[in-house]
Amino acid sequence: MQVLAADLRLDANAVDYVLLAFYFVLVLGIGYMARRHVSTSMDFFLSGRSLPAWVTGLAFISANLGAIEVMGMSANGAEYGMPTAHYFWIGAVPAMLFLGIVMMPFYYGSKVRSVPEFMLRRFGKPAHLVNGVSFAAAQVLIAGANLFLLASVVNLLLGWPIWVSVIVAAVIVLSYTALGGLSAAIYNEVLQFVVIVAALLPLTIVGLYKVGGWQGLVDKVSAGPGGPEQLESWPGNQLTGFADNFLSVLGLVFGLGFVLSFGYWTTNFVEVQRAMAAKSMSAARRTPIIGAFPKMLIPFIVIIPGMVAGVAVTELQGDNKAALMAGEAAPSGATFNQALLLLMRDLLPNGMLGIAIAGLLASFMAGMAANLSSFNTVFTYDIWQSYIKKDRPDGYYLRVGRIVTAVATVFAIGTAFIASTYANLMDYLQQLFSFFNAPLFATFILGMFWRRMTPAAGWIGLVSGTVSAIVVFILSESGVWTLPGQGAAFVGAGAAFVIDIVVSVAVTTVTQPKPAEQLTGLVYSLTPKESRQHETTGDDAGWYRNPALLAGIVLVVTIALNIIF
Amino acid sequence: MSTPTRTSAFDVRLIIALLCGVYGLVLTVLGLFFTTDDDLAKSADVNINLWTGLALLVLCLLFVAWARWRPLRVPEQTDAETDKTEGAGTENPQ
Repeated sequence: MQVLAADLRLDANAVDYVLLAFYFVLVLGIGYMARRHVSTSMDFFLSGRSLPAWVTGLAFISANLGAIEVMGMSANGAEYGMPTAHYFWIGAVPAMLFLGIVMMPFYYGSKVRSVPEFMLRRFGKPAHLVNGVSFAAAQVLIAGANLFLLASVVNLLLGWPIWVSVIVAAVIVLSYTALGGLSAAIYNEVLQFVVIVAALLPLTIVGLYKVGGWQGLVDKVSAGPGGPEQLESWPGNQLTGFADNFLSVLGLVFGLGFVLSFGYWTTNFVEVQRAMAAKSMSAARRTPIIGAFPKMLIPFIVIIPGMVAGVAVTELQGDNKAALMAGEAAPSGATFNQALLLLMRDLLPNGMLGIAIAGLLASFMAGMAANLSSFNTVFTYDIWQSYIKKDRPDGYYLRVGRIVTAVATVFAIGTAFIASTYANLMDYLQQLFSFFNAPLFATFILGMFWRRMTPAAGWIGLVSGTVSAIVVFILSESGVWTLPGQGAAFVGAGAAFVIDIVVSVAVTTVTQPKPAEQLTGLVYSLTPKESRQHETTGDDAGWYRNPALLAGIVLVVTIALNIIF
Repeated sequence: MSTPTRTSAFDVRLIIALLCGVYGLVLTVLGLFFTTDDDLAKSADVNINLWTGLALLVLCLLFVAWARWRPLRVPEQTDAETDKTEGAGTENPQ
């Protein structure tokens, strides 16, 4: 742990603890109630494909709205200001709409149970194994990182020892995911969304009051070290590290907006699994689109508190902010990562404080539960059932799923303690795994639209894309290249994407494609139009349930937000 | 519920309502009766407990109203077991 000069110990009293405890009672209660609805492995791993779109839609963004995201983005807000919104408007919304409109018909329509299983059907076993094993390994490591971060926040805020919080949180998450499976994870994600908004919205409002309203914030930020450009989202030079406006915009649109975000949102099974749990094709397509509505607005309750903290919290304002932006330690000892916590300490009275703590802990736990619930699905269906124990009765795989969840939790506790010694290493690992997604997206998009692409091209492209991303990562880490800001991640993902495409095309020209009849439902040109469409009757009727229309509304609002800010 | 093995789960809207209701009640009471001048000074003279509490109570009522207005329907499926393990192919007969 780093030395902390800033005093973050929150003044939580009995009321706060009661509110926190009530939340945990509900979390466990959901696990217990969801348990009664689990009778098959499909119930456990995919909620029996029975959930309404608003539930899966909120879960879709909650699974991503972990505390890493909340605290990281408010830290970015304190450091860079409004350009941080690109992570939401450019870096998420277009990809979410693309997933719902273009890709979901193949995922949901082909009835695969996981993203690796789609790889199996489209490209065969080698690509399936590469994807399944790398995904499963990544999830356990990230679950450990979530667990450790949760424990260190609890330690900072409430003074509990790290190992106590690690084990308590692991046991709580394990009990509800092992009991209720994906349904319990998803319902808790919806609940988490409500609590986190209930915590952050009042914090934002009080914060704005504190600095004299929006105009007060504008004046204070403009006068501060970052200057007035922190109030405009474009061109975002400070964020990308490119001094040139054109390069900065290019980096944002192609690096963040295209390769990184499409890779993440459209192929990451943690996200796609939520849409697969929806009750119909129409609901599955609406899942990411409904999620995009709150996703557009979350920047306001995450970034604005960060910006307020950057001008109103003693430990972060003025010289401290200038020092931190120059990459030095602040005289006060605080860091931008603590922006949200410091603001909570300064502004929230007991009562609201309890809800804010509940919101933060909820989002850490939901993040870990999302890792676990996607891990156990991929492990059971794509590794255990496909390669180790085939053709057992369904109940066997349901049991395997529960046991694997427990085993993964134990491993996550292990990786949490590894993370505690290498806090930075875990950050790097997270970034590294984001590189797996960029080649995955390249392979997916080629495979979905180019029927000739061969199975060999599938896995060779995937492996070479990932290798090139890792090479770029190692080169920039070891100082061969110095790329500013978040530029290294953009370049790594871009390289992975391009090399994957080039290699896949090259390999395809010299290998045998799969016969067309095996690709029906998996490739655009071989899938009859009606099976890509969704029902528009019964529960899916009505203009307000039309995915394309909803996506259009999101697009218009996002463009408007980009123009205003 | 009528069929105990059915997958369409309990109504999460009521759980959300319960959470908002309890939190709202506690915050409103705190805001009305236990807010000191120090607390007010801390949160920029906004009685944030009271306002958040009231907002949560309204949200609670909205969720209850929604759950009442559109109650959860248990899909009537004939032989759901085989259907589900095959991957929920057809639309639920409504």
